[in-house]
Amino acid sequence: MTVTFSHYLILAAILFSIAVAGIFINRKNVILLLMCIELMLLSVNFNFIAFSRMLNDELGQIFVFFILTVAAAEAAIGLAILVVLFRTRQSINVEELDALKG
Amino acid sequence: MINGILFYTFATVLVFAALGVISSRNPVHSVLFLVLSFTQSSALWLLLGAEFLAIVLVLVYVGAVMVLFLFVVMMLDVNAEQMREGFTRYLPLGLAVAFVLVVEIGYVIGFKIPGSPFSSVPEGYPADYSNIKELGAVLYTEHVYAFELAAVILLVAIVAAITLTMRKRPGLKKQKISEQVSVRREDRVRLVKVEPFKE
Repeated sequence: MTVTFSHYLILAAILFSIAVAGIFINRKNVILLLMCIELMLLSVNFNFIAFSRMLNDELGQIFVFFILTVAAAEAAIGLAILVVLFRTRQSINVEELDALKG
Repeated sequence: MINGILFYTFATVLVFAALGVISSRNPVHSVLFLVLSFTQSSALWLLLGAEFLAIVLVLVYVGAVMVLFLFVVMMLDVNAEQMREGFTRYLPLGLAVAFVLVVEIGYVIGFKIPGSPFSSVPEGYPADYSNIKELGAVLYTEHVYAFELAAVILLVAIVAAITLTMRKRPGLKKQKISEQVSVRREDRVRLVKVEPFKE
């Protein structure tokens, strides 16, 4: 049972596609969509770390550090928008958010 | 051998936790499954040798961001059943897209080229190697501008989150410190000449 780099990369691919499937099947719930985006970022970080080890270059791990920072900011602002949205519309259903339809 | 057992254990739990995130009925359970998948990935990152990032993932992500998610999910009164309309309708499409993605990426990664680096095993670090020291040495010298930019991004996120969620209620009584400080004696004190009362 040797674990090669392709094991990690395929695990990241499985994780990413689960997140894509989650976006497809939970398309009404904004909170679930944000969570699926977090899962996608996690799988991307997996790839960065695996390639960083494969190429013996720390730059990949530095990049993951910045991705984590930006993802935390994104989650904070996204949840703040969600709270304001729920306060004004009493709903977070994506299908009811059609005020900009024109 | 022990690496293989650990990898397959954590990877299996990770995949099932991710499936739980996208398929559970209750959003709170989804957040808890997401926490589980983050901890499993942190263990896998430890196996890969990225110790600092594994610890940061647990401290920052599980400790802060996921707790924020949990707060918001519990604060919003979401009708879970109504939210799941279309779940079965879009399930075949989602599964098909996911399957195609996995097969394509797996084909690219698993393609057997002699001497391909993908099929090499992560080599162990020497005993005196320090992941944090290596990262810090690069982060604070070569990438210091990016580091400061990340700090600015976090500041902007704080300001944006506070200004978005701050709410001014009309008719709320509160102190106005500037008016209180700048008041003068003439504004408040009025001397009244009172005639003494005589019988």
